[in-house]
Parts: sequence; structure tokens; C-alpha cells
Amino acid sequence: MEIDARGVYYKQLNEQIREAVGRGETRIVLRNVNGQRYIGGGLRGDDVTVEVNGVPGNDLAAFMDGPTVHVMNNAQDGCANTMNAGRLFVHGDAGDVVGYGMRGGSVHVKGHVGYRVGIHMKAYKTQSPVIVAGGTAGDFFGEYLAGGTLVLLGMERDGKPLVGDYCGTGIHGGQIYLRGAYDPYHVSTEHIAVAEADAGEMKAIEKDLEAFAEAFGFTLGEILSEPFTVLRPKSHRPFGDLYVNRP
Amino acid sequence: MRLATKSTVPGEFVQVVHHDRCIKCKRCVMGCGFNALEFTDRVMPGENPCVACHFCTDHCPQQCIQIHERPYAQAGHDVWSPAMQKRIVRQAESGGVLLSAMGNDRPWTVLWDNLLLDACQVTNPSIDPLREPMELRTYLGRKPERIEVETGPDGKPKLKTKIAPQLRISTPIIFAGMSLGSISLSAQKSLAMAAKKIGTLWNTGEGGLHEDLQDYADCAIVQCASGRFGVHEGYLRNSAAVEIKIGQGAKPGIGGHLPGRKVSSDIAGTRMIPIGSDALSPAPHHDIYSIEDLRQLIYALKEATEYEKPVGVKIAAVHNVGAIASGIVRAGADYVYLDGFRGGTGAAPTVIRDNVGIPVEIALAAVDERLRKDGIRHEASIICAGSIRSSADVAKAIALGADAVAIGTAALITLGCHVCQQCHTGNCSWGITSQRPELTRRLDPSVRAEMAANLLEGWTEELKEILGALGVNAVESLRGSRDRLRGVNLTKESLDVLGVKHAGE
Repeated sequence: MEIDARGVYYKQLNEQIREAVGRGETRIVLRNVNGQRYIGGGLRGDDVTVEVNGVPGNDLAAFMDGPTVHVMNNAQDGCANTMNAGRLFVHGDAGDVVGYGMRGGSVHVKGHVGYRVGIHMKAYKTQSPVIVAGGTAGDFFGEYLAGGTLVLLGMERDGKPLVGDYCGTGIHGGQIYLRGAYDPYHVSTEHIAVAEADAGEMKAIEKDLEAFAEAFGFTLGEILSEPFTVLRPKSHRPFGDLYVNRP
Repeated sequence: MRLATKSTVPGEFVQVVHHDRCIKCKRCVMGCGFNALEFTDRVMPGENPCVACHFCTDHCPQQCIQIHERPYAQAGHDVWSPAMQKRIVRQAESGGVLLSAMGNDRPWTVLWDNLLLDACQVTNPSIDPLREPMELRTYLGRKPERIEVETGPDGKPKLKTKIAPQLRISTPIIFAGMSLGSISLSAQKSLAMAAKKIGTLWNTGEGGLHEDLQDYADCAIVQCASGRFGVHEGYLRNSAAVEIKIGQGAKPGIGGHLPGRKVSSDIAGTRMIPIGSDALSPAPHHDIYSIEDLRQLIYALKEATEYEKPVGVKIAAVHNVGAIASGIVRAGADYVYLDGFRGGTGAAPTVIRDNVGIPVEIALAAVDERLRKDGIRHEASIICAGSIRSSADVAKAIALGADAVAIGTAALITLGCHVCQQCHTGNCSWGITSQRPELTRRLDPSVRAEMAANLLEGWTEELKEILGALGVNAVESLRGSRDRLRGVNLTKESLDVLGVKHAGE
């Protein structure tokens, strides 16, 4: 079904979406979206697909639990905030704070992502979130990472560095993949173990790369034409030695 | 560089055993979570220093063990006290940040103790709560500016105004947020059971809701904090209310580091992190750098819960708390939770715990006043916390403008806590702040829930007595009634901020 979002306030738009899902609609196409926030917020339904035409507002797919969302343009800040399950595809760039505290599911962004992406993602047993970004990222990429996988491809760099300052600061779980050359200045080796990805590690993200290639018109060969570096925490307790018991 | 040798700083306490009465049952040795006692041919102080948690003394069948301050006479010096010296040595040995638990233990003035309540004499009658009903039921949440009524299809009047979701509590006292991780599952369950029994609320803290406590979700405030531990759509939807935790009175501006040694399998599963890994809550929410961003998260949570749950915001009491609270209310919060600088914690850098923030009495008065001046006091409830120790503190807080209070440390004391301030070590002998199964299984939720509920019942009865003496029959009538308070031994500035007259005025 289609919903025309032109001139509709986010509250009413999201009500319409929830209502449609409640009725059993599984494919919802939004037209003329123009900055409405929280699209897909807390939405449930593994078989639900939402296609967003136009530019959605902040906190797209926040707390989302199952559906697949395609944004055909750019997305703004806070995509997949604390998302639990489902898939988000952004066929353009995404703003700051993508996947903050994300707990599961995947986010694929064709282009660049902003600052503070993938902060404090976490994983447990079978639930492990993934973010794949095709372009570059800003500062604090994967800060406080506690679990899950971040993949930064840098297919198009537009003259920007692959990743910004403080990449992986405070990382204590999960892994960050960087494709191609990056400036070592951006990755502190104090708490991060840096190594070229081995065959097993590449195998682990193969499906996510395939999904990226398929969604955005790349070939796997193009993506794999450059070597990948994997960043992992040196310790699960990066601040374990910081404190002493007060006498 | 950290010195590898064991600290030379002597312990503060020592156990004295009266061996002539001791029956060598070893209950004290086995009971001590800190390995501070050992048995050779008799009970002796052990490898580690005693922290005065009193598990041994309270469980000795012969009452033959006592805890004393360890004598350590030094040349008297008020500035370079033994405590100050010990801290410096500890840091010289380690280069680390000193860590403490519980609330600020410095002898700051407790303003509650300088405020006195009014009572009726001659000119207006007091009320006997044993004869007449007293209304303590409280509703927390956004209240409408005015009520509109229309005629319904059946010809009867019907409320036209849509009322925002409200939290109904039977007494204006709720439990403060204490996460699974900072406290044990048995401790959390005790509070959850007590809250359900009394008809009030408990608070998950920021560690998520354990599956064993799902039955208590409907009386739980669930927190969404910077680490986003355990936050998912079902957690939000099954709660009584959602609370965005910005700050905590014991550690304003500081994140939380639950040490990996306290991350057991229960906690790992609830928080979604590996067993033994540190659970790090960043200092700020990385999606909140402004009041506008806060509004964005408040409404993200309201959207995710389809506007059925109140969304509150917890902050630490800091210097410009009035303006901050005003922004929080304008951002759409249904309640503001103020945590004063004496509030408790499972772990905080000592320097922060003891020196950052302001007293909650001052903050509460400033916030209530500011919201009134801005004409938005009705838009949010105020919850006051941070060392509420008695029903007198509750009554005074309500008179200063609180809708309800939250209790953390007082609640833990009902579970057996002796305020030894070692929560962060994970060794709590009482099984309250430990995650070691051999310690936590000794805390029986069915017994401790009764004790926690008893405290709330006792305080509730006392509140009724206070209201009766004041000549009012509802807690609503005391709320924000600062004229029923008088100050003693306070400066003019304090009285001005509190909005309270001096005794005799």
C-alpha cells in the first residue's frame, strides 16, 4: 500500500504506518517524505517492508524490531537508534549517530556516514548487529563498541579520510573492518589490536558485503579489490586498571 | 607505574573474637564475602581487611564477635587526617582513580535536619488519622492546564480533555533506580515484590529487565541510559514508565563502569555483553547534546510506546538545575527526577562522589520555583531523591515541592545493607551488591520483600500522622506548601533559595 506523507506530521504518519502493519499490510511505500521523524520507530513485524521516498527525519527505525526499511534518498541523524532486529538500507548518505546502542539486525548505507556511528553496539549469542557503510565516516566511529561488526568500505571517498579521529576509542567487544588505506593516526593502538583480515574474518562478513553489493549495484569483486584491516579490542576490560579501591 | 606489592595502607577495622564464648561453628568465616576472617585452630582476622559490613556479627549465634576501629594513633592534625594520608599513599602505590560506593560520606550539612514542620494548635484543628481517612495516593505525570467536559451520548458529562498517561502510586515513595549488576537479582526481586505489594514502583536502573522479573514489569520504571543496556521495544512497552537517565547524584557528569568481575551470566544476558566484560555506560548519551536532542529521544520513546507510557528524565542536582529542569519539561518529559549530591551509587570516583553536585533540598526548591515561574509546573511531576532517610524527609521534600520521593540506600538497608560502601568490589556479604552465587543466594527475596514493604508501610503511617498534625487530609494539600516549613540554623541565602522562613517568623 502507499501512504502520501506530504504535509503529514510525524505523529500521524507513524500512526498510519502502525495501523497499516496492524491490518496485516506487509509492504508499505511512503511517498513525499520530508523530514518526518521516527519512521519505523518501535515497529514490529519480520515480514514488513517499508520503502521511504523522500528524506526521512531523525531517529529513523529507532527501537525497530524486525521490519526492513529502504530509504531511497539520504537519511538524517540517529538512524537505527537502539534497533533490536530488522534491516535498514539507505540508498544515499546517512547522518550522525547511526546505530547507537544497536542490539541486532543490519544497517547498510551506500554512501558516507557522519560522526559517532556505531557507538556502543552490543551483541549476545546469536544476536549481533552489523553496520556496513560504503563511503567514509566521521569521528568516534565505533566508540565504546561492545559487540557486533562495523564495516567501512570507502568505495567513494570524495577526498575525505576513510575514518575520523578517535576510531574505536573505548572498544571492548566486537570488531571494526576498514577497507583499503586509512591514516594510522586515526586509530589508537593503545587499546586496539590492528591486523589484516584473514580468510575466516572475511568469510564472517561475506553475507553482509553481498547484501551491500546487491542493494546498491556493486560487485563483490569491486569490494574485495582492496585489503581489509580488522580492529579488535586488546581487552574486554579497557579501564580495569584505571581504578583503585578507596582505603 | 603500579607497584606490584600489596598495599601498605592498613585496614580501618579489625574483628575481635571472644574465644571463650566461640563454639567454632565457622559461620562468620564462611559468611564473610571479603575473606577477612580465617580459621586456623580458632577464628582469626584473615588475609583481607575487615570492611565492617557486620555480616559476621549479625549471624554469630554466640554474639562473640565484634568489629572495632583499628587503633592507629597518629600525631593529631586536622588537615592531614589519617584518612587523607591513606588516600594519598593508595594513589602513590597505584596511580589510579580512587573508587567508592554508596553516597557522599563527607559531613556536609543535611538541610532536612534544619527544616521543621508546622502543626495545628488552637486556631485550626488537627486531624486524627486513626479516625479519618488520609489520602496519600499520588499520580505522577503531565497534568492538563485545564479540564474540559462535554456531554456524552448517554447525556452524562464526559471528560473531553485527553489526559496524558499517569503513574498511580499508593504512597508518594518509590524505589530508586538500581541496576541488575550494581545489585543482585535477589535484591532487585525483593524491591520489585515490595513495590507490587504496596502499589508503588521499583526502577530497573540501566541494566535491563531480567526475564525472572517480567511479572514485575508493570510496576517498573525502566531506564534508558547512555549504555542502552537491555533497552528494546518489549522492555519499553511492558513497563509502567520509561526513564531517560542523564545523571546520577553520586556522580554527575560521569558514566558508569560496571567492573567485569560483576558481569555474571545473568548480567551478560540482560545487558547483551560477554561474561566478564566491563559494562561501560558513556558519560553522555551520544544522541543527546542539547535540550532539542533530549526532546528527540523523549519523543522517540513515546513513539515506540505509542504514547501510552510516561517518559521521565533523571538528572543529578547541579548548579543551574532550575534552568535545566525547565528545559527538560519543555522537551516533553512527564516527570523530572532530581538526584541530590548525597545520592548513592554502585561505584563512583571518590573525588566526584564527594565534591560534585548540590544538595537536593536546594535543587528541589529551585526547580519547583522555576517551573512555577515559567508556568509549567503542572506539565511534569517532580521526584526527589538522594539520601531520603525517613518519613520526615519525605514530608519536608513534599512541602518543598516534590510530588514523590525515591529511596535507594534506605531500601538497601531493609535488605541487610550496613553501608560499608564496598558495592563496587562485588564482595557484599549480604548478597545485595554481589553477583557471586554463594553470596546472593543467602538473600531471600520473600523475607526481604516483606521488610522493604514494612518500611514503606511504616513511613506511610508516619506521613499520615504528619498530615494529621498539619490539619490536612491529603498529601496534595502539603505539596509545595513551604509555609508549613521553618528553617533553623540556616543562612539567609539558604532560606531564600528554599523559600522558607526562619523559625519564629
